[in-house]
Amino acid sequence: MNTTFSHGLKAGSSIAIGYFPVALTFGLLAKTTGLSIMEATAMSLFVYAGAAQYMALSLLASGVAPWLIVTNTFIVNIRHFLMTAALNEKVEPAPKWKKAMYAFGITDETFSVLATQKNRQVTTAFTFGVALIAYSSWVIFTAVGHVIGANLPQFLQQAMSVALYAMFIGLLVPSMKGNRKVVLLAAIAAAIHCVLYYTHLLSTGWSILVATLASAIFVEILYVKSNKNVDRFTEQKEEN
Amino acid sequence: MGSTYWWMLLGMAIATYVPRMIPLTILDGKELPPIVSGVLRNIPYAVLGALIFPAILHIQDDILFGIIGAVIAFALAFIGLDVMFVVIGTIAALAVYSLF
Repeated sequence: MNTTFSHGLKAGSSIAIGYFPVALTFGLLAKTTGLSIMEATAMSLFVYAGAAQYMALSLLASGVAPWLIVTNTFIVNIRHFLMTAALNEKVEPAPKWKKAMYAFGITDETFSVLATQKNRQVTTAFTFGVALIAYSSWVIFTAVGHVIGANLPQFLQQAMSVALYAMFIGLLVPSMKGNRKVVLLAAIAAAIHCVLYYTHLLSTGWSILVATLASAIFVEILYVKSNKNVDRFTEQKEEN
Repeated sequence: MGSTYWWMLLGMAIATYVPRMIPLTILDGKELPPIVSGVLRNIPYAVLGALIFPAILHIQDDILFGIIGAVIAFALAFIGLDVMFVVIGTIAALAVYSLF
């Protein structure tokens, strides 16, 4: 079942776990970069974009101009444009102000959880549940990280760095089973991203965008073409 | 950090929120051509592929760390475990690995 707000909280709880070490580390790094607890927590509260926030810290530390940091943030996050466009096909119709509200909570992780739900549509309440628990974890553990710092044992910190990726895999694999199209989509996008990553042709934000879009378009054309051939084949059969 | 920081934060917030919000509100209720909605429905699976690789291989300097993590996560997911247990199981396995 995935319709109510509390179902959403439950579905989002694996994101909350995954965010824990990432947000904790962000809080710690923000402190070493010289941000106050207010400044660090405010970034998580108002920006809420992991990769962009980490990047902002390193740019701040190296004294890069603020407008360049804003530009970088935009470039890193432009991929969310694609995700919310895709998500719009999946969410139930709702008033614009509600969609504008939960749009703030769409990250790589919340998108993945929402978009891979088995039901054809996800409800607005469920979406709010997923978004809220993930967001709370991000903001709270940023502050906690700033306060307690690196008091988590080193081996555990290392192990927890896998959390978000393990979650992505846990979401992807059930859809892969018995579905060659899904396997193809993920494999081609991963391959393109690897090429772009190791050749340094594009920055990560653009690279994810390009790899995703190229794979989604290529596979769609492949399937539309082969389906048309099948249609024509069966039509001919019927004529005979 | 002063007021420059807060202006930068405002800029970052807008630069992040706008790409998230525009499609959900502008595309609201519009019928898209079948090929476009087909491509959009493919996005979740493509994006997961791109998010996982190659990033998971580089979570630590030791590339073996990422490879082991990936293999274990795939294995746990393939036997049908819930996402939560895939996450916890993979963390546990890597914790054991990094102790040795």
